Amino acid sequence: MKSSTGSHTGTGTWLVQRASALVLALALPALAITLVVATPTDYAGWQALFAPLWLRVLLLLAGAALGLHAWVGMRDIFMDYVHSTALRLALYLAVIVTLVGSVVWLAAILFGAAPWSVA
Amino acid sequence: MAGRPVFLNLLRIRLPVTGWVSILHRLSGALLFLAFPLGVWALSVSLSGEAGFRLMADRAAHPLARLVLVLLLWAFAHHFLAGLRHLALDVHWGVGLRRARQSSVAVLLASGLLALLAAWRLFA
Repeated sequence: MKSSTGSHTGTGTWLVQRASALVLALALPALAITLVVATPTDYAGWQALFAPLWLRVLLLLAGAALGLHAWVGMRDIFMDYVHSTALRLALYLAVIVTLVGSVVWLAAILFGAAPWSVA
Repeated sequence: MAGRPVFLNLLRIRLPVTGWVSILHRLSGALLFLAFPLGVWALSVSLSGEAGFRLMADRAAHPLARLVLVLLLWAFAHHFLAGLRHLALDVHWGVGLRRARQSSVAVLLASGLLALLAAWRLFA
């Protein structure tokens, strides 16, 4: 019977951590440069910055990679320092809720048509 | 096991420089995890309309917010550079003790310098 709390999952998460790290290492500098070049000072400029589809796709991609990356990292930290299984699983749940919530919220901001708010 | 020596006076533990990069990589990663939902919230408010944009711009101008921003920029710079170092170690580049120490010092110096640069840009 396979253990539900460990073993054999190591190489998979190791690979997820590295792959998401590569996506972040490429996407975040590109997004940061775009922001610095534009340096919007008013709302219209800030809004226009997010108009191009490629930027929104790249930002959401980076957000999803960050979600996966942070999950593996926080899981590693809790595995090392939190030895009570019940508390560790509760912390895992809190991390997953936070990360999934953040990524879905980001997607809603970037791609939400918000039909309920249209008069 | 019960009688093994335990010595956890944090002020007297001497970490090698590679150990400092390692523990700070964890610490900065945890900080960035906490910053993620905050960043999404800030983006949401700033894109919600003229009033939301003004609110976030005013908040970002507060000295305390700028201090937090500098801390997060340090965390990002350190995590980014230490992460690149990790990827290099993964492909067996720079694994010798001398090279590993040199790259550790480089990561600490470069991230500290970037944080100082950010502080200078935001406060001066």
